[in-house]
Amino acid sequence: MKLAPRTLALVAVLVLFAVVPPLVAAFGQPFYLDLFRRIMIFAIAAVSLNLILGYGGMVSFGHAAYLGIGAYAVGVLAHHGLTSGLVQWALAIGASALVAAAIGAISIRTSGIYFIMITLAFSQMLYYLGVSIEEYGGDDGMRVKTLSQFPAGLDLADPVTFYYLVFALLVLVLWFTNRLVRSRFGMVIRAAKSNEARSRALGFSPYPYRLVAFTIAGAMCGLAGALLVNHTAYLTPEFMNWTRSGELLFMVILGGAGTGAGPVFGAAGLLLLEDLLQGWSLLPQGMRAYWQFWLGLVLVLVVLFARRGLAGLLRGSADE
Amino acid sequence: MSEALLQARGLRKSFGALAALDGVDLEVREGETHAIIGPNGAGKTTLINQLSGRQRPDAGRILFAGEDITRLAEPARAKKGFARSFQVTSIYREFTALDNVALAVQAHAGHSFRFWRNARAEPALREPAREVLAEVGLAARADVLAANLSHGEQRQLEIAMALATRPRLLLLDEPVAGMGIEESQRMVAFLATLKGRRTMILVEHDMDAVFSLADRISVLVYGRILATGRPEEIRANPEVRAAYLGEDEAC
Repeated sequence: MKLAPRTLALVAVLVLFAVVPPLVAAFGQPFYLDLFRRIMIFAIAAVSLNLILGYGGMVSFGHAAYLGIGAYAVGVLAHHGLTSGLVQWALAIGASALVAAAIGAISIRTSGIYFIMITLAFSQMLYYLGVSIEEYGGDDGMRVKTLSQFPAGLDLADPVTFYYLVFALLVLVLWFTNRLVRSRFGMVIRAAKSNEARSRALGFSPYPYRLVAFTIAGAMCGLAGALLVNHTAYLTPEFMNWTRSGELLFMVILGGAGTGAGPVFGAAGLLLLEDLLQGWSLLPQGMRAYWQFWLGLVLVLVVLFARRGLAGLLRGSADE
Repeated sequence: MSEALLQARGLRKSFGALAALDGVDLEVREGETHAIIGPNGAGKTTLINQLSGRQRPDAGRILFAGEDITRLAEPARAKKGFARSFQVTSIYREFTALDNVALAVQAHAGHSFRFWRNARAEPALREPAREVLAEVGLAARADVLAANLSHGEQRQLEIAMALATRPRLLLLDEPVAGMGIEESQRMVAFLATLKGRRTMILVEHDMDAVFSLADRISVLVYGRILATGRPEEIRANPEVRAAYLGEDEAC
């Protein structure tokens, strides 16, 4: 089978992710292990947002809510002494799915700008809920003293083990999403995005399919949240802040909405660029201090000149 | 006389102060091709939208095969056997012609909460879709992106999608609008092959198409049915000539 350039690029990026730990060890730069683990965690979140945004046409401006719910599920259980990773993560995924189903049930009845505002409003509600609960650190957040505990051999306190767990989950999520968007279910949500009037006239009621997609995306993002709180070992409502939702949108759009590989490119592109602009000593201090300005400029350029993002620069079908 | 498949009684629909439909009674018999003609703004598309379920009427009832479907939503009507084309071609532009028709097949192949199998590799969807594409003459264009088809081909594709749902009633909103003479003749010839096998409601401005296809014609003027009858009756009706046909021929 011949692979499209876009798929080859995705494989290349994944291979790069896979060889980061030995490279980091060889060059003695542990910071990059941390950076790339973060990139992969956000890639999982971006893949989940892309499912509803890129394939389903639902521009959720509140997707960070599920990062937060996943993170709180882990952090709160750990705070109360329940550290079993399986229980924590199952709850993180389940609670995110449940909340996504509830938020989706209401928001999916709207569309366009109303959908954007409603998803934003729900996520801000959860954000302020997090800020207001002093027991769990309020707006300061709290340290997570014990990371999720798994059976022997899977110790998240070991950076490389944790790294490869995230890597495996990213590959799993990419594969799962790819199957999903090509299934009958996936075709229905993509068709409804393409032309809702036609879908209804053919006999599809888009609502239940969109709601299920929204719920699946929430669950996947909840998993990313569980990973993120273990990654930072710190629980904070900032995970749910609207700027975080904006970053996820940025990743999907930068990478290429409605493409399989896009969210990975976008997460890597954004976080590497962020790191580069902040830390590259060759850049003049003025540029480094205002790195967000330059980041914004990049997004403007991408939106203007590369309508399908980074993935759109490479040939490949919408499935890739 | 064959039985009425579709009956509309006293349909009314206003948009603000404008009464688009002002008490429309319509009866479409099983197997007939029923054309609806009328001047611009007569309410033809509004009528089609009421029948397909895209809009709800303000008053009146719609019966399909004896069942009251007035309150039934559009997807549910589609499941009962309604299929339509739109005045402005409505297809999935980002998908191939074959994908478009396969989606139409899928819409009538049970629920779509199937998450794992590749839908594009399912013979149960692809094979019927290929057959319908061949029927409308698009077999060679199956793998072309719908957006890249010519205007005439896109209209054919839309008809193919409607047919792929095996409809009991086809609602065609100006199927030859915007077509060149040759394309339009081909479309009319194709629709003629469906005559008798399908019940069709045809809204059309092209009088050649209407008089060559229709078994019966209803004339809609200012939201009311002015007359219903066989083509020769309509042609001979002085009221219709005054209200509509005369002015049309003058153009």
